[in-house]
Amino acid sequence: MDELDRQLINRLQRGLPLVRHPWQAVAAELRSTPDELLDRLHLLLEDGVLTRFGPMFDIERLGGAFTLAALAVPESRFEQVAAQLNELPQVAHNYRREHPWNMWFVLACATCADLDQTLAHIHTITGLEVLNLPKEQTYHVGLYFPV
Amino acid sequence: MIAPLNHEQLLDLRQCLERGLPRVSRPYEDLAEQIGAHHLQVLKQMQQWQEQGLFRRVGLVLNHRALGYVANAMLVLDVPDALIDEVGQRLARAPGITLCYQRPRRLPHWRYNLFCMVHGRERAAVQAQIQALLDQHLLADLPHHLLFSTRMFKQCGGRFAPPPSQVWAHG
Repeated sequence: MDELDRQLINRLQRGLPLVRHPWQAVAAELRSTPDELLDRLHLLLEDGVLTRFGPMFDIERLGGAFTLAALAVPESRFEQVAAQLNELPQVAHNYRREHPWNMWFVLACATCADLDQTLAHIHTITGLEVLNLPKEQTYHVGLYFPV
Repeated sequence: MIAPLNHEQLLDLRQCLERGLPRVSRPYEDLAEQIGAHHLQVLKQMQQWQEQGLFRRVGLVLNHRALGYVANAMLVLDVPDALIDEVGQRLARAPGITLCYQRPRRLPHWRYNLFCMVHGRERAAVQAQIQALLDQHLLADLPHHLLFSTRMFKQCGGRFAPPPSQVWAHG
């Protein structure tokens, strides 16, 4: 990554303009050309530095039900339970964290009923208590993350 | 006067955009062609969606790990209910905090009701940054805990799964 890549990432975090020739506008700001910037963007996505370019949807407005959940998994069963969870399509993320509640995952379901059912299913297949921690309030952060 | 898109075009446009914005010099014309519309109709619809909050911007999702931000921690605090909005708003504005939510306590198992995500290049720096932040806002006496992630088992799930960096925003 060079300086232009960084400038491009930082600029696009504030959003591509909704105008007919958006890349001309950005290229003028960064003293580059639309082709150069598009090539850079393509490579950054291909290299995995970026995982998406496009509208950042508020997924709750697209429908669906979500929660953050945790399990306190005995060390001897950790791998087995991780494999059980990862098989479920509703499990969107699964992190090991340093805490007695050591497995943290996000559930993404079509409806609230699906979500409740999935929580119950996880309890059944693992025999473990599931901490269900749905979001109650969002405090808005500046999403800008300079690189 | 620009005619609004019809129902089918709206659905098609949403579907196209879920995959991302076309990476061409005139992306809105490209989209218009794909759904059989004029680029001004597409632009107008997207501006409307943005105003309505369906999306905030046409932007990007960073892979924090690929950028060297490998220390990912979840800061949790037990904040008195009467103070939670004030503390939440303050922490959300603090540098280094990428997400900030109130979630329910689950006593006796779980006492913490405020969750913040922090990304940094190394663990010691994240710890120091959080300590400084808590000191600055006079929050260090509140029960709190910093949960570093040590392994990531799964990045993404099914149809309703958001892209990785958005996921904490909604879980």
